[in-house]
Amino acid sequence: MDNLASLFHGFSVALSFHHIFLMLVGILLGILVGVLPGLGAPNGVSLLLPLTFTMDPVAAIILLTSMYWGALFGGSTTSILFNIPGEPSSVATTFDGYPLAQKGKATEALSYAFLSAGFGALVGVIVITLLSGVVQKFALRFSAPEYFAVYFLAFCSFIGLGGAPVLKTVVSIGCGFALAAVGMDSVSGSLRLTFEFDALLAGISFLVVVIGLFGIGELILTVEEGLQLKGIEARVRPSDVLRTMAMMPRHWATLLRSALVGCWMGITPGGPTAASFMSYGLARRFSKYRQGFGKGEPDGIIAPETADHSAGTAAMLPMLALGIPGSATAAVMLGGLMIWGLNPGPMLFVERPDFVWGLIASMYLGNVIGVILVLATVPMFASILRIPFAIIGPAIVVICFVGAYTVGSRPFDLWVALGFGFVGYLFKKLNYPIAPLILAMVIGDKAEDAFRQSLIMSKGALSVFWSNALVGTLMALALLLLVWPVAARVLFGGGRSSAP
Amino acid sequence: MKTLTALTATFAALVVAAPAHAWQPSKPIEFVVTSSPGGGTDNFARMIQSVIAKHNLISQSIVVVNKGGGSGAEGFLTVKTAAGDAHKVIFGTNNAYLLPYVAKLGYKFSDMTPVAALALDEFLLWVKNDAPYKSAKEYIEAVKAKPDTFKMAGSQSKDTDQTLTSMLSASTGAKFIYVPFQGGGAVGTQLAGGHVDSHTNNPNESIGQWKAEQVRPLCVFSPTRLASTTKVTATMGWSDIPTCKEQGLPVERFQMPRTVWLPDGVPADAVTYYADILKKVSETPEWKEYIARTVQTGQFLAGDAFKAFIANDDKNSRAVFEREGWIVK
Repeated sequence: MDNLASLFHGFSVALSFHHIFLMLVGILLGILVGVLPGLGAPNGVSLLLPLTFTMDPVAAIILLTSMYWGALFGGSTTSILFNIPGEPSSVATTFDGYPLAQKGKATEALSYAFLSAGFGALVGVIVITLLSGVVQKFALRFSAPEYFAVYFLAFCSFIGLGGAPVLKTVVSIGCGFALAAVGMDSVSGSLRLTFEFDALLAGISFLVVVIGLFGIGELILTVEEGLQLKGIEARVRPSDVLRTMAMMPRHWATLLRSALVGCWMGITPGGPTAASFMSYGLARRFSKYRQGFGKGEPDGIIAPETADHSAGTAAMLPMLALGIPGSATAAVMLGGLMIWGLNPGPMLFVERPDFVWGLIASMYLGNVIGVILVLATVPMFASILRIPFAIIGPAIVVICFVGAYTVGSRPFDLWVALGFGFVGYLFKKLNYPIAPLILAMVIGDKAEDAFRQSLIMSKGALSVFWSNALVGTLMALALLLLVWPVAARVLFGGGRSSAP
Repeated sequence: MKTLTALTATFAALVVAAPAHAWQPSKPIEFVVTSSPGGGTDNFARMIQSVIAKHNLISQSIVVVNKGGGSGAEGFLTVKTAAGDAHKVIFGTNNAYLLPYVAKLGYKFSDMTPVAALALDEFLLWVKNDAPYKSAKEYIEAVKAKPDTFKMAGSQSKDTDQTLTSMLSASTGAKFIYVPFQGGGAVGTQLAGGHVDSHTNNPNESIGQWKAEQVRPLCVFSPTRLASTTKVTATMGWSDIPTCKEQGLPVERFQMPRTVWLPDGVPADAVTYYADILKKVSETPEWKEYIARTVQTGQFLAGDAFKAFIANDDKNSRAVFEREGWIVK
């Protein structure tokens, strides 16, 4: 009840003309940076940060978080339309979003994505409202072994599902780990796999690889398959948005499960990207229409989008309560908090309740405004697909390279994107799955760090991963998910689980 | 003859008319930050950017660029690619001159032009609030009694925290298990959660947890007590923390300078230009407020004083690196 009273106080802080105006500006700017691959929320927020130096903290954080929501929404748009994820966390949206759009149902695909994103975010904020008092104690129980167990769980839930041949999945995941290892290793403090080549010092950017694998790789395939100079015959009717809205309740199971996965991964250090992969994996496993996954199944869009947004929102909680950023964007905002003269940490809720609850209230408002804004833009974005390939193809090439350069302002990244374009083409031709590579790149080095830290702390004893109830449960759950496909086949007879 | 006279006259006029700063920025300036957004160096550079903007100290606009890859090496490499370009200002800590020891990098310390240091960040020895140790001495004795069981957390590897831990071990004989984490925030949470036994965070990294009485400081690695007298908890403030020397620890001083650099081969005037601007920055009320809030020690060092500081810090750290066998090549 305390929280509810505080929340209403928060609404009284957040509901002013000035603040709502800032929300609108933030969300629109966010959609813009989200749509452009490579620019992304972290870059967008740090570009905007200097403008907030003179603002009061509540207005400043509202502007920045609104931009974050906008970017999360915008990131799904290019995933669905062009198979180019605008944000790392929208990679999993491409798996089914792009095929559905290719079938001429871009309006549906976008509406599914935005609606489930809005739902996810809302669940995330509700969780924040309810848990803000207790999460701190829970989060403090996480040390290196628990971190590792969370990442391990994400791997197992995604990898355990059928699909590509096991050996090919292992090759793909191995490539991902190798790429993630490039650069400075924080546990040993030494450089790895840089071959004394300065451009590799900072590691290989995951986003640039994604732009290459998906964006450029897809273009090469399209060109090979005989240049389709016509656009897709997409019917764009605004009424489709409403029709999709009416379909949403049918997917309640996926929505709920994904929102829970998202909140869990947002509060624990898993993060939005791992959450979306994990949720996609689970949705596929529990779906009656497993054969349809990867070919444009609505559940395949709803699952990653819901999880992505609930995780992105829930990640604000550890940031506020503990001062630990749950994502790259949260790290930038944390820097902002210090410049505005606030001390993030356990006392923030006590010392600056107006700030914290104003922010939480603005999350409710910001996400509602965000969903309405993006749904209004769906017909516009969907009609982009009707533009002939001869025009849109070159434009995508330009967007890809501009995006790759924006990630870290490194000319070298342009070559990386190009190189991975060919790798992506090869992977698709040889039927290697790309997703395990991406997942390994995103959380591979974090999982490795956590694993090595655990072993330093336990002096090399693997039993540290079963040393308490929390980490033991997580590990057991992960292993269960890993062997589930095999076990299910043994228990319920074969045949059914042979997915494409 | 006439031409010569004219030339001489022009030359003389130039020399006489030359203002205090012959060098002025002629295009937008890039602040290269050698940490990722939100890091200590990032806050340092953005604070300077905001003070410069507020007081209109530089007429050109300033763009902040984060190049934190490879523990900051990515940013310091700017000195190679932008040699002679005085429109690139690089922000760092003592990692500017210490990084090339522990990793084989494409730049040497001699490729950099030192401009100034504006602050010294302090290091404290922290334990969990409910730990039984009343003093630093007591804690160190406990560690000595059971070697290789106490966990000391720190950010990164072969960086300041591990250097300090090594100094502490070598001088007292107390052997820790050093566990590297990603940054001061994660380190702080590990101690608050009771997963490690101590850490050596900067004041700013642990002020929130101290206030919440999750952790408490035992001593500060500074020759004098901290200046800030504001109370953090009900009974204690920063100035109440004893120095480690008072507590009988042999490590008297360990501080991390917040530094500003230019690439090699820039005009000497440009160095003076930036040093003067930064001096003005360090005298503004906003800057003093930032120093007080983050509990650093405000100290402006430029020119020979800065060089002497670097030489001394370099010597001390190098001794640790050599003993630990961290030096590459």
